[in-house]
Amino acid sequence: MAEMTLIEAIRAALDEELARDERVFITGEDVGKRGGVFRATMGLIDKYGPHRIIDSPLAELSIAGVGIGAALYGMRPICEIQFADFIHPAFNQIVNEAAKMCYRSDGAWTVPLVIRAPYGGGISGGLYHSQSLEAFFTHVPGLKVVIPSSPHDAKGLLKSAVRDPNPVLFFEPKKGYRLIKGEVPAGEYTVPIGPANITRAGTDLSVFAYGMMHYYCLKAAEVVAAEGINVEVVDLRTLLPVDRESVVASVRKTGKALIVYEDNLTMGYGAEIAAVIADEAFAHLDAPVKRLAAPDVPAVPFSHPMQDWFMPNAEKIAAAMRELANY
Amino acid sequence: MPTNVIMPQLGESVVEGTVSKWLKREGDSIAELEPLLEVNTDKVDTEIPAPASGVLLKLLVPEGATVKVGTPIALIGQPGEEPVALPGAGNGQHHAATPPPVTPPPVTRKGDLGFISPVVAKLADEHKVDLYQIKGTGQGGRITKKDVLAFLETRTAAPAKTEAPAWEQVGDGDLFRPTELQFAGQGDKGQVITPPPPPVRPASPDSDFIPVEGMRKVIAEHMVRSKHTSPHVTTVFEADLSRVLAHLDKNQAAFERDGVRLTLTAYFIAAMVAAVKAVPLVNSQWTDEKILLKREVNVGMAVALEEGLIVPVIKRADEKSLLGLAREINDLAKRARGKALRADEVQGGTLTLTNHGVSGSLFATPIINQPQTAIVGVGKMEKRVVVINDAIAIRPMAYLTLTFDHRVLDGAVADRFMATMKTTLEGWD
Repeated sequence: MAEMTLIEAIRAALDEELARDERVFITGEDVGKRGGVFRATMGLIDKYGPHRIIDSPLAELSIAGVGIGAALYGMRPICEIQFADFIHPAFNQIVNEAAKMCYRSDGAWTVPLVIRAPYGGGISGGLYHSQSLEAFFTHVPGLKVVIPSSPHDAKGLLKSAVRDPNPVLFFEPKKGYRLIKGEVPAGEYTVPIGPANITRAGTDLSVFAYGMMHYYCLKAAEVVAAEGINVEVVDLRTLLPVDRESVVASVRKTGKALIVYEDNLTMGYGAEIAAVIADEAFAHLDAPVKRLAAPDVPAVPFSHPMQDWFMPNAEKIAAAMRELANY
Repeated sequence: MPTNVIMPQLGESVVEGTVSKWLKREGDSIAELEPLLEVNTDKVDTEIPAPASGVLLKLLVPEGATVKVGTPIALIGQPGEEPVALPGAGNGQHHAATPPPVTPPPVTRKGDLGFISPVVAKLADEHKVDLYQIKGTGQGGRITKKDVLAFLETRTAAPAKTEAPAWEQVGDGDLFRPTELQFAGQGDKGQVITPPPPPVRPASPDSDFIPVEGMRKVIAEHMVRSKHTSPHVTTVFEADLSRVLAHLDKNQAAFERDGVRLTLTAYFIAAMVAAVKAVPLVNSQWTDEKILLKREVNVGMAVALEEGLIVPVIKRADEKSLLGLAREINDLAKRARGKALRADEVQGGTLTLTNHGVSGSLFATPIINQPQTAIVGVGKMEKRVVVINDAIAIRPMAYLTLTFDHRVLDGAVADRFMATMKTTLEGWD
């Protein structure tokens, strides 16, 4: 097993899937010659040629539309949206076409499409390069929404996404591309879309997170562990469908729940997790269900002090853990 | 709606009572205040009158059963009325999944359990836990899931009964809480009552078990609780009783003409009253916020019985003459031995006297009768050689002890009380 960064694991998954299945191709802005702005597809054009690694126009609606059309024709497209912030023009294609196709055709047609999109703040990207958009899409039945937080899961989940017969939105925490490192098995393995993963077992409270926030939650759990607070950290990994069972099982054990996400608080993904807990684990609660998220301002600010104020981090998470543990 | 007859609280520290005899049968008519049953407690045996007129609809507790104070024991209603027990009387619905009521109407903030989370309510219901027994460690002192789990871990007793008879289920609310919990340290809510250890088998066939019940059991509980509650300190004085004995000799005959047998106990109580007047703090009670200074001086006197001790109380001892004290001592001691004390006669003590000298003991360190602050012990009076004005003399001497709660009193204050007692006895005329 080799240690890889998150972006290397994603590249490995793309490479393996391109090699495994001729129907797989990649399209997106600068994915070819340039190898993607984050270098996710670096070198792939040399290996698989420009007919499988296709530079697209600067038009997200077109990228999604091309992907959906190709998928309906039996291809396995992997579309890259350069920054999740640019996905909005493609919203109509994704929500109205990709998500509904199987249902609309009573299963006769499916859209085996993967849309990869780097998301998230804390990278001094300002308003248009920092957004977290998962909640827009987790509201849409017919889509699957996946966010890996480790190189191992990134490779295994992306391979599962490519093989899934229905559209999968694959959001990648871009701040973690080179920051998050971990062991990744060489060659074939997959991680199933669906189940959450307990990445740190604990008894005092459950913390649910995904992406970069999951990475920070593990750090914060370490800090408070030294103070005697035993936190269970659950990496949700698949946001849609929701792994209710894992969420409820963890809360039944600990009696307390904290949900951390870097999207702004109101109507964010954590609201659904909080509702699942209130609904299915009410009798097991020993404290109010808490959410730690970004403030409800229109965007992630560019100014560094303001960005720090906006972003949840390990310190803020540790403080929230302490408060809940002491409740 | 039928009227609930509940096991009354027959004495300050009485937690349970035994239904010794039902004087009416189911279906009998009964008038309010007409005797309904006889109850036997560790302190008194007494008749309980009916709380309402009507028909005795149902007896919930059989003769011989011992139940906690506050437990519904019978229902009185109108002829033909459905004998439906009031909430808390232990009908089937008690086992439903609904969490138990968690905020009994508190008389003071002390009775308030604070916020009860769903899981705490659920655990309490599943394991039949009295939450008042648990010390909360959460925010604002609320009881957390962990607190309940820790409590359950210490509770090594048998698993919760699934089908307890009506009389073994105690009702909810302040009224139904065991007296111990209501009065312990004036709402010392946090105290976890240590559960009884599991029964131990006799080590060998040569040893035997004596069942612990009734008065023995209650005494044991009170003694342990008192030692856990108050830091006990004992100070010892010695008194020359020559003048007391001279007074006793001179007046015994006159008292007897009044039908009263004068004993030394009357002098000791009179001396205690004098000492309380000098040092009122001894006649008090510790509470977590304040020391409660008692205006009445109600002296309890320990009387030894075959089965244990009982402490009848001489109310307002400070308002009584030596004759009055002696008369009441005679009466209470006699009726204590005949188990004929009334419930109110063993309540309300503010200070206690134990005359352990009657069994030969020279001095002892008795245990404080909670929630009082002090107990006076009197040892055996015997002639001893003493030095008076550098001359050797033979005098009737007795050791006097004051065992006190060091939270309330310091040694010097306690000693002033004892010094007053001593000078009162030695200077008697």
